[in-house]
Amino acid sequence: MTKKILIVDDEPNIVTALEFLLQRSGYEVLLAQDGEAALKQVEQHLPDLVLLDVMLTLKSGYEVCQRMRERAEWQHIKIIMLSAKGREVEVNKGLSLGADCYVTKPFSNKDLVAKIGELLASADNPGGA
Amino acid sequence: MNVRWKFLLWLAVFFAGIVAVVAVTAVMIAAGLPEDEYKLALHIIDERVQIIGLAAVLLLGVCAGVLGWLFRNYVTAVRSLAEQTRIVFATNPEYRVDGRGGAELVDLAAAINRLADGYRWLKADVETRAGVSNARLEEERNRLAALMSELSEGVLLCNAEGRILLYNEKARDLFGAAEHSPGMRQGLVGLGRSVFALLDRDQVAHALDKLQSGLDQGVEFPATRFITNAVTGALVKVQMAPFLSAGGRIAGMVLTLEDVTEMMDREAQRRSLLQAFAAGVRAPVASLRAAAENLASFPEMNEAHRVQFTEIVAAESRRVSAMINDALSEYADALKAGLALEDMRAADLLSVARRRIEAVLGLPCAPERVPEGIWIKVDSFALVEALTHLAGRLREDYGVRSIGLRAAANGRFAEIDLVWSGAIVGSDALSLWEIEPMQVGAQQTPLTLKDVLERHGGEIWVQSHKTSHTAWFRLLLPLGAPAVATPRRSLSTGSRPEYYDFDLFRYADAVQGMAERKLADLHYTVFDSETTGLEPSAGDEIISLGAVRIVNARLLKHEVFEQLVDPQRPVGSAASRIHGIDAQTLAGQPTIGKVLPQFQRFCEDTVLVAHNAAFDMRFLELKEAATGVRFAQPVLDTLLLSVIVHPSQESHSLEAVAERLGVSVIGRHTALGDALVTGEIFLRLLPLLAEQGILTLGQALAASRETYHARLQY
Repeated sequence: MTKKILIVDDEPNIVTALEFLLQRSGYEVLLAQDGEAALKQVEQHLPDLVLLDVMLTLKSGYEVCQRMRERAEWQHIKIIMLSAKGREVEVNKGLSLGADCYVTKPFSNKDLVAKIGELLASADNPGGA
Repeated sequence: MNVRWKFLLWLAVFFAGIVAVVAVTAVMIAAGLPEDEYKLALHIIDERVQIIGLAAVLLLGVCAGVLGWLFRNYVTAVRSLAEQTRIVFATNPEYRVDGRGGAELVDLAAAINRLADGYRWLKADVETRAGVSNARLEEERNRLAALMSELSEGVLLCNAEGRILLYNEKARDLFGAAEHSPGMRQGLVGLGRSVFALLDRDQVAHALDKLQSGLDQGVEFPATRFITNAVTGALVKVQMAPFLSAGGRIAGMVLTLEDVTEMMDREAQRRSLLQAFAAGVRAPVASLRAAAENLASFPEMNEAHRVQFTEIVAAESRRVSAMINDALSEYADALKAGLALEDMRAADLLSVARRRIEAVLGLPCAPERVPEGIWIKVDSFALVEALTHLAGRLREDYGVRSIGLRAAANGRFAEIDLVWSGAIVGSDALSLWEIEPMQVGAQQTPLTLKDVLERHGGEIWVQSHKTSHTAWFRLLLPLGAPAVATPRRSLSTGSRPEYYDFDLFRYADAVQGMAERKLADLHYTVFDSETTGLEPSAGDEIISLGAVRIVNARLLKHEVFEQLVDPQRPVGSAASRIHGIDAQTLAGQPTIGKVLPQFQRFCEDTVLVAHNAAFDMRFLELKEAATGVRFAQPVLDTLLLSVIVHPSQESHSLEAVAERLGVSVIGRHTALGDALVTGEIFLRLLPLLAEQGILTLGQALAASRETYHARLQY
């Protein structure tokens, strides 16, 4: 089954680029522009992985992440936080709030796709192959 | 007149008198005799001239004996008694004269001693009274000194000539000479020293000019500031304000000092980061833009070109990414907030916060659990306010009844947790609290929690633990470095550092030669050296130098120089027994070539004082060629000064003089210990010299020279 990935970011350029990249890599792509919309999308479509920008309107990425982790039925969803800030405290905060991975902008497409593949594979084999 | 000459003169007069009486009697008898009897008498005398000669010698002997007895028991004894009496009244009221000599003198000595008892009692009474008012004055001074020592800035007070009147420990540390010159515990900051040895003279003079013109224009409290390089290389921000004499003239200035070296370094780093960034990013962005615009503008371009431009876009993006990452990691420190954060023990911060929360909110706060050794970099006041604000919100909005505080280390960060149980607090609530002005009790501050966190480079979030029904706000803050513990001197002991000397106000730089200056007004460096042996010209070397300063007739026991010296030759066992310094102790100490220049700086602008100074000066002089250090200042010798005031006393060794003048001897045969004793002795000799009319340096040097020659001839 095709894996679903939700991209949450309010910068259209990077969204366009990521959408193109992930579709080409064989994923189904969902989009959201702010924190509230992101939670709605998760509710409706239950993606396998969320690419979550930290700087969002309405709700910050941290909040979205924490909300998602509060729901038992969403525990399996992988979360990759994306941020242009990337200071050590912020990375620490993101991981403490339940993100699986924290990626600092700018990043390499290849590395990002590899990371996504890795996380989804570990979701399929929770025991770790 | 010398006692010896006086004795000889008296003997001659006495003897000649008796001979004259005998001769006149003989002449008168001879004049009345008839011719033949006169001849007979002459004959008798002629025959017995040997007996008469013998009688004359015997007479001389008897005269000498009688006169000698008289001199010993009356003349010399009276002189000695006078000297001893002067000691009692000028220097040491505890001293008691010994009545050697005639019975009358023994009586006189006893009477003097009774008088001395009365004098001592009277003096003690006066001193008690003076002591009370002095104690009050001292207390005020100590209060000022204590206040200054608590300041986080360095403070120097100078008179108009730039002489230091008062300083605090911080100022001393700022110009600290720890690595600069190990022997000078004091560094370059010291009472009476010139501030121009620390700061650039022109800059200070310029600042003074500005202050003066401010005053001339009627500005009430003029102040000026500048940044300058201290001689130690530190970058110092100086704030300068004048204080005025009664006549409205500048009597001196207060300098507040702050070491901004680190801050300026960071500022410079930040600036160069920005510049490097601007320049470095332009080039790849230019290529990016050109390539991208080509791709957009010419969709009909051939495949080879499209591939080429796409490659350019990819390559230049990688370049910019790499550049940003490199710059950020390299300058991570420079980007940190440049605000004055202090290093603080997490345990201390939390216990302050707990007390504040309990006092302001009345909210019970469990004793904090903090592992040892966690230090954080904080603005403690703002952070405590932030924690109190959060606790207050929890109580008001969620009815939380008690809280707890804890801390833990996590990598390069400290986790500070504010813990409660029961209520579930959402992250949206925290987001709101982050941006509203903080409320502490009835007080509202303009700061928000967000401001405080940004200032610290920290983050906050809320976490919870379902099964234990606890939740906590976690503050993540950068770890700090343990503050270096500085030994604090107790205020109650008598050993308070003498950081102040307001009498220096009266001191004005004398332009005329030092010889005219009063002994009491001069600054002195009293020093002593320990050596490998007693013969400098035979290769003996200095192994230890100790010195202490005297300013305004006060021995500054905290402005000292003490340094062991590697003599680069074996230490004699005889000498080693005296001073207890062996080769092992001296290994690794600096050589004399390193130490003498430091010592010279310590002695700058002072008169040198030593006991038997010729010995020490000879050692220094022999090093002149090798080190290029010349001690050209005047030198006073306490041994010679003691001879000047007490010529009839037999011993003038350091111990004997110290005992005579009531100086207690401690730590003998360490260079610094002996220098301290010599300093006390010197101060007690000053009033005795004044009694003999020796008031100026010139007079003291002249009298010393005379005594020195007299002793040489002896």
